[in-house]
Amino acid sequence: MTSIAEFVPLLPIVATGLLSLVLMVAVAIRRNAATTATLTVLGLAAAFVLIFLTAPDTSTQVTPLFIVDSYALFYVGMLLLIGLLVALLSVQYFQGLRHHRDEYYMLLVLATLGTTVIASASHFMSVFLGLELLSVSVYGMIAYLRRRAISIEAGVKYLILAAVSSAFLLFGMALIYARLGTMELARMAELLSSAGTPTALAGNVLVLAGLGMMVVGFGFKLAIVPFHMWTPDVYQGAPAPVTAFVATASKGAVMALLLRFASMMNFEQGGGLWLLFSIFAVASMFLGNLLALHQQSLKRLLAYSSIAHLGYVLVAFLAGGPAAGEAVSFYLLAYAVTSLGAFGVITALSRPADRSGDDDISSDLDDIEHYRGLSRRRPWLAGILTVMLFSLAGIPLTAGFVGKFLLLSAGAGAALWTLVLLLAVNSALGIYYYLRVVVAIYLRDETEVKVVPHERVSRITTAGGLALGLVTVLVIILGVFPHPVMRLVRLCCESIF
Amino acid sequence: MILNLLILLPAIAGLAAYLAGRKSAAAGRWIALVATLAQFLLVVGLWIRHAPGTALENRGDWLLSQRTEWIPDLGISWFVALDGLSMLLVVLTAFVGLLAVIISWREIHSRAGLYYGFLLWILTGINGVFLSLDLFLFYFFWEVMLVPMYFLIGIYGHGRRVYAAVKFFIFTLASGMLMLLAILGLYYVHGQATGNYTFDYTQLLGTVITPRTEWWLMLGFLVAFAVKLPAVGVHSWLPDAHSEAPTAGSLILAGLLLKTGAYGLIRFVVPLFPNASEAFAGTAMLIGIIGIIYGAVLAFAQTDLKRLVAYTSVSHMGFVLLGVYSWNELALQGTVIQLICHGISTGALFILAGMVYERIHTRDLDQMGGLWTCAPRMGAMAMVFAMASLGLPGLGNFVGEFLILFGTYKVNALAAVMGAIGVVFATVYSLFIMQRAFLGKKPSGLKMPDLNLRETLTMAILVAVIVWLGLYPRPVIDAARPALERLRPSIAIEAPAAAQEEHHLEGGVR
Repeated sequence: MTSIAEFVPLLPIVATGLLSLVLMVAVAIRRNAATTATLTVLGLAAAFVLIFLTAPDTSTQVTPLFIVDSYALFYVGMLLLIGLLVALLSVQYFQGLRHHRDEYYMLLVLATLGTTVIASASHFMSVFLGLELLSVSVYGMIAYLRRRAISIEAGVKYLILAAVSSAFLLFGMALIYARLGTMELARMAELLSSAGTPTALAGNVLVLAGLGMMVVGFGFKLAIVPFHMWTPDVYQGAPAPVTAFVATASKGAVMALLLRFASMMNFEQGGGLWLLFSIFAVASMFLGNLLALHQQSLKRLLAYSSIAHLGYVLVAFLAGGPAAGEAVSFYLLAYAVTSLGAFGVITALSRPADRSGDDDISSDLDDIEHYRGLSRRRPWLAGILTVMLFSLAGIPLTAGFVGKFLLLSAGAGAALWTLVLLLAVNSALGIYYYLRVVVAIYLRDETEVKVVPHERVSRITTAGGLALGLVTVLVIILGVFPHPVMRLVRLCCESIF
Repeated sequence: MILNLLILLPAIAGLAAYLAGRKSAAAGRWIALVATLAQFLLVVGLWIRHAPGTALENRGDWLLSQRTEWIPDLGISWFVALDGLSMLLVVLTAFVGLLAVIISWREIHSRAGLYYGFLLWILTGINGVFLSLDLFLFYFFWEVMLVPMYFLIGIYGHGRRVYAAVKFFIFTLASGMLMLLAILGLYYVHGQATGNYTFDYTQLLGTVITPRTEWWLMLGFLVAFAVKLPAVGVHSWLPDAHSEAPTAGSLILAGLLLKTGAYGLIRFVVPLFPNASEAFAGTAMLIGIIGIIYGAVLAFAQTDLKRLVAYTSVSHMGFVLLGVYSWNELALQGTVIQLICHGISTGALFILAGMVYERIHTRDLDQMGGLWTCAPRMGAMAMVFAMASLGLPGLGNFVGEFLILFGTYKVNALAAVMGAIGVVFATVYSLFIMQRAFLGKKPSGLKMPDLNLRETLTMAILVAVIVWLGLYPRPVIDAARPALERLRPSIAIEAPAAAQEEHHLEGGVR
């Protein structure tokens, strides 16, 4: 029978869930954004600490829905950290806004909860619950600034596409359940392959159709080509901290699930699914990079670059085996920290509030032209953004460099030379547009600096400064002394490979 | 410890110069000067200590080496080591670095602290490239040296500086990615064969590779080094970067960055992939010859003084390609001397071009002429380096080119003859510079002051060095020989009989 003690390993996730209730009660007592934000940050930090206190020694199945192993805990930790940083950035972002924003923090906590559920799911039900929890909260977060047309548009776009993709996912799950009679991932993998070879069931039409539809569902969340259409609009329209969350947490969680699934299944090189994913990878890399080349909007540029980055991740994912798991996990962490930094700088430079404290109806500081001469006006923010762009480009001394090296190494280790070569070509392509932004920040003449609209350059709050400082330090540490984190990633990945 | 100091000293000094420079430009300048001077004294001391006849005589093993684990799980370590070859190049780095600081003394006014920071950080990267023997570490420094160079060109350059900086960055980074792939390929080939996954150069030497794989891996390395060298065909970043960079940037590009490409060929490409390199030698020599002639012809056609000098680099580096792929003792010694002399003579020409630009604000040769009459000291200095560039006996470049052609002749007589024809072209463009800029009729109204004391001293030192290398290159040859001999056995392009003969010749040259 299920006893309370069994739930102890799940405490970090339970605590996150409880946090949303606490927030609700707190809001009922007194509506105060500062209190809500503080509670959110403290609560997420507490959940993060709980990971270290309650981590089980071995993989533990908690009810059929969740598996708590070191792999899941690594991702839960990463996602809680992302939630925490996004909360800090949100405090920075929403300063000066008059109307209430307590709901925003509640949505953020719920979304974070959704991602942690996905990362530790071992059952179709928990996968779907997590995804819906995430999606529904994110709809609200994207369209949170109600007077901004661009945000509303982004929210609606995300809503429609996410709903369609959820339908695909659910239908796929139903088809698989209809044929296999199980919704547990482990059991399903067992039925589909035995001793390394696919069983007869694996070729079944229903199963194949189901898997295909699930791929569509996951592909949407990962924003890989051809399921990427929503990305640029949502990235551009959403408030900068929300964009950061969508770019890091939601993609990270789904990739974690995919990796767990692939490690269980017989995901052999040259198989149908494998080929499908390699096509996705190549298409994502090229399309993402090519479309990013001439973007005038920094957020759209980062959106296309994120499509390309997921393509890079897929290259290592396709390599399979423990090395791939480590590379993907490390890269996701590095990419998350870097993206948080990049969007963090946009956050710090944007203000949703106009002078009277109402929603500003335009957009975040987005046009690359507005970043001209940033190095003179805001040297620290310019420096941080440069570090992040270099990290995205994979230049040494940054997390992105080590991450890209690990991806290439995993691909080369599995002798996927074509994919690895394409990755290299694309990295070179990517440098061009990252440099465009750096050029705007540093290299243009001062005379060309335009007056930034709305004088939106705001002061840095303690929260924003803390978040930006933390991610910058992390990017540098991961780039210079990656060894401790690599070892941690390796230990964590051992539990699934 | 000294090796780490060589890498860390400029890095830390760069940071200090940047921070101090925010308050006062002079402080940044002085920090940079003291740091580069200290570095120079350090490496010269190193050279003297390891000279022949001393207790630490350079016998061919690593003179100094240091290894610290960095990412042990992947077989990556902080492995730096020094042999004769890298020592010479590190000395050159320190020398050119010192010069770069001195010549920037008056040129840079705005954001001087950051400027000296970038300058010193480039030196960090270059020292790292010359010293690291772990392939991961090598790649790491290879990329590290690009970033400050990119900013140096992009922020402090002239005219189309952004275009030049981005082009430089993309060319080198893209080719670097291919090298990274080749490094990874080698890593896995070696690891799968021996079970020992490592990026350690000394262990990767002699990895047994199938010919097809070896060919591809060799190409990966080759592309990166050929772009940096630059070999003709992938040289198009060079004229832009050289001409738009600030003077010190051009000096470092010509004097040091191009050398990293040649160093990579000698240290990595041929020893790691002897068979593929042997198969490729003919093609490489052909590219070298084309480069010698093409560079010279294009140099002749330029009207921009700095672009002209940039194209002469393409020509001179063709000789280096010829020398490396001849791969015998004479040719390699010639290559080393050529590298050092090119760094000094071309660097000097860029400095002169910078001085002219500072005075009359143009680099257009059509607007110059007769400068000798108003600046005789400058004219005389320019004459010396134009002569060095055309290979006048008694100046360093002659020794380098002569040894290379000698060495090449034994491997491929035709290539040597073609290379010698290239020297004639060099004469044409060198005299052309003198004729257009310093002699002939002076445009009316053109006036400029002669060299001041700081500039005269700088140029005098350069003249002294190039004459010294021309008359008495033996210390350089002695320092390089043991290292080159140790690298050489991994490939034998030449016939055994030729090896015998070579020792006679070598005696003659000395």
